[in-house]
Amino acid sequence: MTKIKSLFISLVLTLGVSTAIAGSHGSTHDLVKERGKLMCGSNTGLAGFGAPNDAGVWEGIDVDVCRAVAAAVFGDASKVEYVPTTSKVRFTVLQSGEIDMLSRNTTWTLSRDVDLGLEFVGVNYYDGQGFMVNKSLGVSSAMELDGASVCIQVGTTTEMNLADFFKANDMSYESVPVETNSEADAAYTAGRCDVYTTDASGLYASRAGYPDPSAHVVLPEIVSKEPLGPAVRHGDSEWADIVRWSLNAMIIGEELGITSANVDEMKSSKNPEVLRLLGVDAGYGAMLGLSDDWAYNILSQVGNYSESFEKHIGPNTPINIQRGLNALYKDGGILYAPPFR
Amino acid sequence: MQTNFFRKIIFDEKSRSLLIQTLVIGLFALFIYLITQQTAYNLEKRGISSGFDFLHISAGYDISIRLIPFTSEDTHLRAYFVGLLNTLMIAVCGCFLATIIGFLVGIIRLSSNWLFRNIAYVYVEFTRNVPVLVQIILYYSILLNLPKIKQAIVIFDNFYLTNRGFFSPSPIFKDGFSIVAWSLVIAIIFTFFLKRFFKKKQEETGKQYPTFMINSAIIIFTPIIFYYIMGMPLEFDSPVLKGFNFKGGMVIRPEFLGMLFGLSIYTAAFISETVRSGIISVSKGQREASQALGLKSNFIMRLIIIPQALRVIIPPLTSQYLNLTKNSSLGIAIGYADLVHGFGGISLNQTGRAIEIMMMVMLTYLTISLTISFFMNLYNKSVQFKGNA
Repeated sequence: MTKIKSLFISLVLTLGVSTAIAGSHGSTHDLVKERGKLMCGSNTGLAGFGAPNDAGVWEGIDVDVCRAVAAAVFGDASKVEYVPTTSKVRFTVLQSGEIDMLSRNTTWTLSRDVDLGLEFVGVNYYDGQGFMVNKSLGVSSAMELDGASVCIQVGTTTEMNLADFFKANDMSYESVPVETNSEADAAYTAGRCDVYTTDASGLYASRAGYPDPSAHVVLPEIVSKEPLGPAVRHGDSEWADIVRWSLNAMIIGEELGITSANVDEMKSSKNPEVLRLLGVDAGYGAMLGLSDDWAYNILSQVGNYSESFEKHIGPNTPINIQRGLNALYKDGGILYAPPFR
Repeated sequence: MQTNFFRKIIFDEKSRSLLIQTLVIGLFALFIYLITQQTAYNLEKRGISSGFDFLHISAGYDISIRLIPFTSEDTHLRAYFVGLLNTLMIAVCGCFLATIIGFLVGIIRLSSNWLFRNIAYVYVEFTRNVPVLVQIILYYSILLNLPKIKQAIVIFDNFYLTNRGFFSPSPIFKDGFSIVAWSLVIAIIFTFFLKRFFKKKQEETGKQYPTFMINSAIIIFTPIIFYYIMGMPLEFDSPVLKGFNFKGGMVIRPEFLGMLFGLSIYTAAFISETVRSGIISVSKGQREASQALGLKSNFIMRLIIIPQALRVIIPPLTSQYLNLTKNSSLGIAIGYADLVHGFGGISLNQTGRAIEIMMMVMLTYLTISLTISFFMNLYNKSVQFKGNA
């Protein structure tokens, strides 16, 4: 009797405490403003895309997207804290709210967009998976790779593309899974694998860091579509809009010929789209919850897409990538931003 | 009645402790409940799907270190089993090697030879004070610096050592080989009975028989004789360098070897200390008494010291086995395709089911550890003092 009674009492007591703890999440934009800096998920180090330079300052075209968002929100492109993420933890870090956005050569796929609770807001680099081999192997096509050992970074879309490519062409391979880009470089240069496969951009970036870059060749086959772009958490459309249009502003800037050098002169342009973009025609910033000079800040502090590309990965850098697909639609590429109106 | 009830709860020790215990259990259950609810709520709010359906969709990636066939079309569930078997393989091989090294070093540390004793001492102090992850990466890096595939070190014509692994011929069993295998099994069973027979004889007559020699000879020669009788039903497939890699034969990958060396060399240092303490724990009088009886020193060790030392050795040895098994999850650092690396890493990333997958991985490690504990406890009981000694 006592037992049942005491059990009953304890139950009543415990149930009384069980009021739902509802997690209250404010909007990301407010959180960022309150914090005074943007938390941006970046690569752990991929030259040209997102890596600290000799002075410890983060640089690259992915990093420039973070800087553009900071310029739009704070008017200061340097108010960013970079959180290096591996390919494996990047989504968890974003989902858990540790970072405000992820700009880390990440492929936009259906399952990531839908199933992982993310929202991709655009594409800042059109990439595709390629293969790099040592020239001494005398291989000129990926179709000759039957039986090769292939180094591959785990937790990426690349391993599925790799499996599909070899299966479709009835070839066998040994996969050598590695955790990070630098481990892949080490295993590849040590000869643990014949082939290193990842996004072609990543191969170029890695190759630039090898003792003898000319000894390695990126094979012509590109076996996948890899649209790389920034992502935010699903469910905060206002924040997604800010990130999306920060990137678009850089692309439209190139389209309209606005560079960090001429942005002040362009303020007196006759072109109405330029005037809208630079905030001379007021009202567009307020739609995003930003000041009217948000895009002006991006273009003056970060520059347009072309400037970012040429500075970090263009033909005049060690990475040496042609614009190719990433040229503006006017110039034969597929880079295209919706109109600013 | 009412006041009586409350009085009883407050002043009666039994009722009071019962109340406190139910309260604690209730609060704990509530805590778990709230965490689960909150997690489910957060997952739903962020639009993250959950559930175990993903186990039955195809994995889409390949695993090259595997004990059962696996292709990219197989399911995540099969990837789980591939990883589980790899974890068990490294755990079993690691525990085996660690035990051998550990016992040897433990005995050497008690040796009267100054040089051997101190080499063992340095080994123990060095390996057990350097993190096992660092050691694994060190051994793996050394293995990666072996010759490249085209410059392989050739051993006995058919064995090749390269930084892609150790390639050896693989056996091909032909008709009639099963008879050879059975002859070995029967030989082993036969020697078991023979041993008991000799022991009984010895108890009756006092005469000693060279049991070990006779039994070894039976176990070695029976299958060899049958092998020739059956017309040598075994062939070997040698690895041949073709294109990028060796074709045919078997291979032990450097990832596996790196893990094996790292885990067993590290754990062996702890085991050797356990063994040393076990041997020291046997009182000096035991040794002196057996010497007084005129036993040979190797008999003293085997029949008097070790059986008594085992009582002390087994419990800490169990926990070393558990440590080694759990440390095998460090395979992720060098790309050894164990449970955490493949299923807990790649599958997790492809499907995004972090909570479900980690729960499965945790439960699996728990099961493995409890199984090891269970059998080691059984063994421990069998080596304890019998009767009322």
